[in-house]
Amino acid sequence: MKDTLLEIKDLNVIYKTYEGTVAAVNGVDFALDRGKTLGLVGESGAGKTTTALSIMGLVPSPPGIIQRGRVTFAGQDLLTLPEKDMKKIRGNRISMIFQDPMTSLNPVLSVGLQISEALVAHQNLSEAEAERKAAEMLEKVQIPGARYREYPHEFSGGMRQRVVIAMALACNPRLIIADEPTTALDVTIQAQVLELMRSLKEEFATAMIMITHDLGVVGEVCDDVAVMYAGRIVEMGSLDQIFGNAMHPYTLGLFRCIPDIEEESSTIHPIEGLMPEPLDLPKGCPFHPRCPQCMEVCRQVVPEACEDNGHRVLCHLFGGGERRA
Amino acid sequence: MTMNEKTVPASSGSGGALREKRRSPWWEVWRRLRRNKAAVAGMTVVILLLFVAVFAPLIAPYDPNQTNIKIRLQPPSAEHLMGTDNFGRDMFSRVIYGSRISLYVGFIAVGIGAVFGGILGAVGGYYGGRLDNFIMRCMDVLLAIPQIILAIAIVGALGTSLLNLMIAVGISQLPRYARVVRASTLTVRGQEFVEAAKAIGASDTRIILENILPNCMAPIIVQSTLGVAQAILAAATLSFLGLGIQPPTAEWGSMLSSGRQFLRNAPYLTFFPGVAISIVVLALNIFGDGLRDSLDPKLRQ
Amino acid sequence: MLRYFTKRLIFLIPVLLGVSIVIFAIVHLAPGDPAEVMLGPSATQEDIGKLREQLGLTKPLYVQYWIFLTNALKGDLGRSIKSNAPVLEEILERFPATLTLASLGMLFAITVGLPLGVLAALKQNTWVDALCSFFALVGFSIPNFWVGLMLMLLLSITIPILPSSGFDSWKNLIMPTIVLGIQTMAVIARMTRSSMLEVIRQDYVRTARAKGISDRLVLTRHILTNVMIPVVTIAGIYFGHSLGGVVITETIFSIPGLGRLIVDAIRAQDYPVVQGGVLFFALCVGIVNLLVDLLYAVLDPRIKAQYRSAK
Repeated sequence: MKDTLLEIKDLNVIYKTYEGTVAAVNGVDFALDRGKTLGLVGESGAGKTTTALSIMGLVPSPPGIIQRGRVTFAGQDLLTLPEKDMKKIRGNRISMIFQDPMTSLNPVLSVGLQISEALVAHQNLSEAEAERKAAEMLEKVQIPGARYREYPHEFSGGMRQRVVIAMALACNPRLIIADEPTTALDVTIQAQVLELMRSLKEEFATAMIMITHDLGVVGEVCDDVAVMYAGRIVEMGSLDQIFGNAMHPYTLGLFRCIPDIEEESSTIHPIEGLMPEPLDLPKGCPFHPRCPQCMEVCRQVVPEACEDNGHRVLCHLFGGGERRA
Repeated sequence: MTMNEKTVPASSGSGGALREKRRSPWWEVWRRLRRNKAAVAGMTVVILLLFVAVFAPLIAPYDPNQTNIKIRLQPPSAEHLMGTDNFGRDMFSRVIYGSRISLYVGFIAVGIGAVFGGILGAVGGYYGGRLDNFIMRCMDVLLAIPQIILAIAIVGALGTSLLNLMIAVGISQLPRYARVVRASTLTVRGQEFVEAAKAIGASDTRIILENILPNCMAPIIVQSTLGVAQAILAAATLSFLGLGIQPPTAEWGSMLSSGRQFLRNAPYLTFFPGVAISIVVLALNIFGDGLRDSLDPKLRQ
Repeated sequence: MLRYFTKRLIFLIPVLLGVSIVIFAIVHLAPGDPAEVMLGPSATQEDIGKLREQLGLTKPLYVQYWIFLTNALKGDLGRSIKSNAPVLEEILERFPATLTLASLGMLFAITVGLPLGVLAALKQNTWVDALCSFFALVGFSIPNFWVGLMLMLLLSITIPILPSSGFDSWKNLIMPTIVLGIQTMAVIARMTRSSMLEVIRQDYVRTARAKGISDRLVLTRHILTNVMIPVVTIAGIYFGHSLGGVVITETIFSIPGLGRLIVDAIRAQDYPVVQGGVLFFALCVGIVNLLVDLLYAVLDPRIKAQYRSAK
């Protein structure tokens, strides 16, 4: 318990849109220890980004409403924290890396300035000191510090993402939330950037939440894994538990989707159907329409989470502490 | 959160509704327009204005050109809602008849600008190359001269008459239609159905008229609505300067000009025509804005 | 980058040439004979003929144009038919007044329009937004000469605190500035609002917020710097329009400026003044456009890079 950095309990977030109410996050719980990396996996629309934004307090507020929940970070509930205190945490104790490096950086400001402004805001450095430190951070992400005055359009996609990483790490945060940091990059660059993130994470001893839909990325960097579907965590456990012994039919489906290079057959096994419209979630277990093992109870009742040795599943197949399958 | 074409899952709970009909795009536009209350208000005023202009003889209580020196310069009263001018003519009737001229000039001027500008833009965009370059340079030349000054110069050259006013205002608006149509043409030109039409052997004129122009309609309509507003303002300005409609014709701009000398004693002479212009132009602008918003697919929030 | 600007400067020349052709054509299309006008109704045919010779009006049009052009390049724009003074001299005499008005009008437009647009965008869809947007729309729709007259009514006649004509003190400048600037103000307000709404949605604004920097910094450093770019564009375009607006403003408030000079000249068929004046206006518009381009490079480093690499 002492090592727990972040704890989320019963987070529920909706978006009130013109077309109706979108239930984006429906009762998410998890905890993250210091220095550990949690992989948050799921398809688009599963609620991963909204969860991340809720932690940061950046859920766009006219449509978005955090209905209930608690996000405890280093002893404080972030959801009840006043905005001016939240600003002291953002970029400073918790940083976020967004998906598309081509649009995450302000095109009219130099990269160095975009790194140093966090330093000036949080660490009270003078502009000159912040400049120096920003150049150092650039070196850390393998970009020559002398390029600190250049503008984003002068860097490639992979380099821009590295700038974003430098920005996130500048104030030595305790937690970094990375929302699909490599999805928009070329495959070869992806590997580079991931490797960089991994080594920096170790060097700075930062905890990380890695949001991704790519199980390969999860396997590379994560200690624990949480699988999200339709705003809920349907399965969660350590990397070994999930990769070695996945239990939820959705998780199993995800693994089956990955073509096995050693297999002879050439068929691909996608999961039937599509993720339900968040405006219009089905009754009972959200996955039941696509579940090959759907039972009658699944259509009616949302399953309760059951846990065994840190491995948690949300499925009627495993209800009541016993395994039935 | 994307709204994609849904395949209804095998056994969904509440599930989603199946949207099968694909409605015509114009219906969508109308629906969005209807939701914009301001635009609807603007449109209503414009329709009202058209009504007033068409039925002016029935609505105006007096003959707008009927002079009566005995009752000159009277402030607004029950018999003369907007007072009388210095020739004893009823201001209310004159304002009402003024709507005819303003609308007439507005529409024809925009018509001239849109037709010729559109042709130039379409030709330039379609053929590209040096022709396009030349046409665009010509547009630049027209744009380098401030609109009002260009209109004044043309009217000054051709003489002050209704027709010349319309021509002048129309020409000064020409470049913007050329640009709009050219931009649309460039977008459409590269698309496949144009290639297909060419392959069949359709003549260039036909391709332009039947394939390209229909696709430019949306921006042309928006630009025209706003253009009528601008044209009305321009015409009023020119008349105010004495270079447009000449007295005694009842036109709002020239009424403002004649009323100007009586600003001290009879401010109502300048107040009402100005309000009339403002209301009309405002309504057209609001309507045009609403039209633009409902035609722009990106603008959904 | 210097190369880019010299290139643009050179491009200005064909445009000015085009303008000179257009205005020459328009002016000479005018029915009526300047010589007749000058000499008045009692002149004889002979006198008219002699004057026409003198003025060079008997030569074929393209020759007249050529003379006009070559003289213009030497700085000689001919002489005013009415006053017989050199046209260039008259223009330069009137120009400061017009320039002052146009600049003040633009200043007014920016200082009122920009905050209005920012406010409307920040409070999008509230009554504040509705009010600001409506105000801008009204400013765009009301005939500026009517505003001038109403202002005059209010501030010169009803409550006589401002003079209604002349050009001596700063008091003379207040009403004309408003009249001149009101349309541009409205356009700037609308453009600022829509630009802000777009910029606020951008990813990099979200990134900036995620860094925990103050709201004020996010607004000034991240948002406004990007908003300014299209706003500067529109302001530049509308400068041309407002140069047309000086005509009205100078007429209503009896200010001795270039606009009135041209309008009076058109009425009097004083074609050298018309030609010279319009050409001069076109030159001003061209220079302003160039300055706007320069401003772009300052505001947007991507554009600066484009300029540098332009050949």
